Amino acid sequence: MTTHPDPAARTADATFGPDLVEVFGPSQADGGPDLVQLLTPEGERVHHPDFDVDLTPEELRGLYRDMALVRRLDVEATALQRHGELGLWAQLLGQEAAQIGCGRALAPQDFVFPTYREHGVAWCRDVDPLHLLGLFRGVDHGGWDPAAHGFGLYTIVIGAQTLHATGYAMGLQRDGVVGTGDAARDAAVIAHFGDGASSQGDVNEAFIFAASYNAPVVFFCQNNQWAISEPIERQTRIPLFQRALGFGFPGIRVDGNDVLATLAVTRAALQRAREGQGPTLIEAYTYRMGAHTTTDDPTRYRLSSDVERWKLKDPIARLEVHLKRNGLADAAFFDDVAAEADALGARLRAGCTAMPDPDPLAIFEQVYAEVPDELVAQRDGYAAYLDSFEEAGR
Amino acid sequence: MRLTLAKALNAGLRRALEDDPKVLLMGEDIGRLGGVFRVTDGLQKDFGEDRVIDSPLAESGIVGTAVGLALRGYRPVVEIQFDGFVYPAYDQIVSQVAKMRYRSRGRSPMPMVIRIPFGGGIGAVEHHSESPEAQFAHTPGLKVVACSNPADAYWMIQQAIASDDPVVFLEPKRQYHADKAEVDEAATPPPLFSSRVVRAGSDVTVLAYGPTVRTALRAAEAAAGEGRSMEVVDLRTLSPLDLPPVLESVRRTGRAVVVHEAHVNLGLGAELAARITEECFFSLEAPVLRVGGFDTPYPASRIEEHFLPDLDRLLDAVDRSLAF
Ligand SMILES: Cc1ncc(C[n+]2csc(CCOP(=O)(O)OP(=O)(O)O)c2C)c(N)n1
Repeated sequence: MTTHPDPAARTADATFGPDLVEVFGPSQADGGPDLVQLLTPEGERVHHPDFDVDLTPEELRGLYRDMALVRRLDVEATALQRHGELGLWAQLLGQEAAQIGCGRALAPQDFVFPTYREHGVAWCRDVDPLHLLGLFRGVDHGGWDPAAHGFGLYTIVIGAQTLHATGYAMGLQRDGVVGTGDAARDAAVIAHFGDGASSQGDVNEAFIFAASYNAPVVFFCQNNQWAISEPIERQTRIPLFQRALGFGFPGIRVDGNDVLATLAVTRAALQRAREGQGPTLIEAYTYRMGAHTTTDDPTRYRLSSDVERWKLKDPIARLEVHLKRNGLADAAFFDDVAAEADALGARLRAGCTAMPDPDPLAIFEQVYAEVPDELVAQRDGYAAYLDSFEEAGR
Repeated sequence: MRLTLAKALNAGLRRALEDDPKVLLMGEDIGRLGGVFRVTDGLQKDFGEDRVIDSPLAESGIVGTAVGLALRGYRPVVEIQFDGFVYPAYDQIVSQVAKMRYRSRGRSPMPMVIRIPFGGGIGAVEHHSESPEAQFAHTPGLKVVACSNPADAYWMIQQAIASDDPVVFLEPKRQYHADKAEVDEAATPPPLFSSRVVRAGSDVTVLAYGPTVRTALRAAEAAAGEGRSMEVVDLRTLSPLDLPPVLESVRRTGRAVVVHEAHVNLGLGAELAARITEECFFSLEAPVLRVGGFDTPYPASRIEEHFLPDLDRLLDAVDRSLAF
């Protein structure tokens, strides 16, 4: 028998459970000793025994360009929300490397199941950012064709897509496109989710199904330390990547602010999946530099000193330093990217503000494959009702 | 004191926490943040993390552990962040919360409140604007109420917490921070499971709850200018229904229109139409009409105003009823 402490004796701000420093060790704030890193926050290239990438200068510049443009997309969308052009925006600020790293690890035949924040991955799958803006503007629930881009619709119900990803991967197994040895054919699936989502039943069930069927799926968790106002400690008492072991597949923690390490680790995990070796959990250790969304006020729950500390680990700045220091990119390159970002910003502003509201009767479209007569009648009734105003106005 | 609906709920929750040490609040982001709508603002600071609990991100977990807390003698008040996120908890609510008393032959009461911000009109992305009330009203063992104004919010939340039955408590999110109204803490509130005539009239009875009460009152105002007299009933309780005031009104006016944001098909309006027809068939001058959300998923926000029953659609139904 254990005796319980008197709850009344606890102070209002006492937390339950063991001291977190005891559990995680003092280096937790830096991602701990298991963190896979190839580019330090200072821009220094380091090596890891298990993971590496060998990129040409052009490829390195490509990653920089991706991240810079995606950041601009994010900044622009945030501004458009402030000007009332979007209802909401979920910022990815600070998570560019995690998203571009995994996005550029994908093969064309792979399929992505995103959350609502995967703007960088969408970019890598050639989804026009205007579609993302359209969703947050409220003109539709996602204007792109998932099959055409290998990129599913954004999923707002936390964690649901991890099961869809697992089922899609089970489909790949049945289609015989796993483990054939043909690199142009073998496919895998990647499921995105957040640290908060790791608490959902759906996510844990996805882990079990994936393990049970050895499904070719990579679970890519961006641990940005926060689920709205709740810190990671509310969701887990062990480092998230270690959970994988309990489900029977490997878990890896990668520096999510390091685009090279994220690329290397995701490539390896996707390759494992394509070869038929089953699921992997990747925990991309990063930080949500912005608010949860444009309606959130993070000053209510987190310290600005925390944010300042993470600024020093900026994913774009470290690659920039690396490129410059090693003579891999000249001033003209950075000027070009800046100009390209300006052009992208202008295109997004113009495209977003010009986006028309949908036809009200779109409400009734695509509810069913075979439309019931009753719904047709409801639609026609509403059309007639709208017409009656037009006639009255004439 | 003059309060918004959100602040009135906050005051009601505060008073419930003060009055009964067994009352606990639990939900996502309800602690330091005070909830995404700030309904629980400041409560964790004042009552501590033992009583105002930030939960892991898992709705089934929230309601399922609340069941255990209730079994241990607590009175959990859980917050579901948005209507569209109640479904992961649906199994716990329908199979466990609703049936616990019945299965235990009354030995295990389930005094739980499940607070759900509901309804649309806030320009949100998907899953943030739904009206799932019929799904819970259809479930025996659950009681379902909806508040429509600050004074009701203040009293109804306390009454729901005091109830020994599980109560799904619906809050019209569009009105959280809208108009302030007087809340008299010394008043004697009407019983929780009672409906109320909020505007007297003689030509037609409009039945509304939650966010559509305001729509109905505005419509009544507009109709009065054109010589039509609408009586408006705020249902307040959806399960059980409080039919006597409804039937009394319809017998007088001979006409009834139900308005809710939820899909019309098998919504509360269907039950009300059936009951009114059964109980006052010979007083009716027109069939009971329903105005509500279309039988489609909730649309993208730029066209949500078309989906939501507004003043014009309600008045159109009133006209059709009167013309019958
Ligand atoms: C089932 C469900 N519950 C609650 C919410 C409300 N909500 C939206 S985002 C969020 C936090 C998500 O945190 P995390 O998974 O860490 O991802 P992040 O937003 O940080 O990228 C919550 C609680 C939701 N969308 N779905």
